[in-house]
Amino acid sequence: MSEEEIRFSKEHEWLVLNEGGIATMGISDFAQRQLGDIVSVELPKVGSAFSQMQPMAIVDSVKASSDIYSAASGEVIQVNEDLIEKPELINQSPYNLGWIVKIKLSNPQEFEQLMTKEEYDVFIGESEKEEGEEGQREESSDKREANEQSK
Amino acid sequence: MKTPFYDLHVKSGAKIVNFHGWDMPLQYLGIVQEHINTRQNVSIFDVSHMGRFEIKGADAFELLQALATNDLSKLNDNQALYSPICYEDGGIVDDLIIYRINSQRFLVVVNASNRTKDFQWIASHSNSSVVKDISDATALVAIQGPRASQMLERALPALDLAGLKPFDLIKANILDFRQPIANKKEETKEEIEEEREEEKESKDNNKKKEELIISRTGYTGEDGFELIFDSSQIDIWEKLMQIGMPFNIKPAGLGARDTLRLEAGLMLYGNDMDEITTPLEVPLRWTVKLEKPSFVGKQALATRPITKELVGFEVLEKRIARYANKVFIDGQPAGRVTSGGYAPTLRKSIGFCFVPPSVSPGQLIEIEIGGKMYKAKIASTTRFYKRK
Repeated sequence: MSEEEIRFSKEHEWLVLNEGGIATMGISDFAQRQLGDIVSVELPKVGSAFSQMQPMAIVDSVKASSDIYSAASGEVIQVNEDLIEKPELINQSPYNLGWIVKIKLSNPQEFEQLMTKEEYDVFIGESEKEEGEEGQREESSDKREANEQSK
Repeated sequence: MKTPFYDLHVKSGAKIVNFHGWDMPLQYLGIVQEHINTRQNVSIFDVSHMGRFEIKGADAFELLQALATNDLSKLNDNQALYSPICYEDGGIVDDLIIYRINSQRFLVVVNASNRTKDFQWIASHSNSSVVKDISDATALVAIQGPRASQMLERALPALDLAGLKPFDLIKANILDFRQPIANKKEETKEEIEEEREEEKESKDNNKKKEELIISRTGYTGEDGFELIFDSSQIDIWEKLMQIGMPFNIKPAGLGARDTLRLEAGLMLYGNDMDEITTPLEVPLRWTVKLEKPSFVGKQALATRPITKELVGFEVLEKRIARYANKVFIDGQPAGRVTSGGYAPTLRKSIGFCFVPPSVSPGQLIEIEIGGKMYKAKIASTTRFYKRK
């Protein structure tokens, strides 16, 4: 997969253009590292339509649930059923075996407007730098909720 | 707040999270990996954030016997016991482990989130016993897994650790640690003499700092031990890592600690129990000894009606249920999830929830996750995993 063909959204989805206006979508290596061990994926139905940035799928990692957004508008024509039994494929192979859906793009121009790999690397470099400055602390939202709600 | 081992965790590349004000390792290599390594080999956990108190005096036993729901009269020297402590109305202050060192010296290990509350509760009930918060002066490290016993036998060959029964403890000395042979170089006569002099001096001045209390306790559902020692002795972590290498020891963080205890049916204060829950409403009935002549909360526990019950559940779909998710039975709101998560050993989504006492095992329920309803089933136990 050459670097010109892959694009990234601000929500860390990647999109690769195949033939006939079809694109394959997944989440980036940065995203899978942030999520930690992924233990379940809720996939959209084949045939369902999404507009750009609409929530399309849900992943559960051990610590939290996250929405996956559609990086571009279109109709879902295939989902990666391997993820049902082996959701960890997203962690192990986020750009290859861990692909999530194939979409028939309804507005191919959206693809061109997404970030290139260089632009995305800068984008995540910035957010990793922010994290570094905070001393790599991350609020554990489950535990905080527990602390607040138990009083 | 940081434990004595914080720098070591950061150096190992741990992901650090804020847990009740503590900067703790959530994970090192990954929660699932750490969980499975604990079930198959052995893991080392830094749990120094938990509270540790020392209670000394002729009345120490009476003080703790009056506060615990469980019966401390069964404890011999060098034994520990698990018990909740309750308010007058039966609500739980905390769940804790009480160690009897001897008749005049007890240690209590409490949840990190309740350190201040528990100290004030215990100290305010004391007549003559001295209650001391030794949390910052000490460290607490857990070694858990089927190979824990073998590994610690290798680490401390002078002690009979394999012979300890669950909840037994040994009061030892950190000098009992076997020196890693690889590091021992040829020493000159003068060096050996010097070492002996240093040892003698340190023995005389630092007896307290060398105390090592090892109990056969844990929070994972595996065999394991917990070690309490002076917080200055941080090289014990590296020693344990070195000695544990042939046993595939890996550090494990709070993430794996949570998945391990959930599978094993162990509850977490703040999630599964709180000040308005009694030990009779969660699977802790066995810790409530109403035949004791008296303890704080006994009257309430004997008479208060039980309005809810904590049970285990299994989600029948692939989503993970989490704390505060609502539980529905036959379309009606019936309770809430207190702990929920993924069980790596079982490859299932499980948890605990409060439901009315009338609910039976096998009953189908629905859990609302992220605004959608998912099917689940009440389990016959909260103990999803039992070690062989």
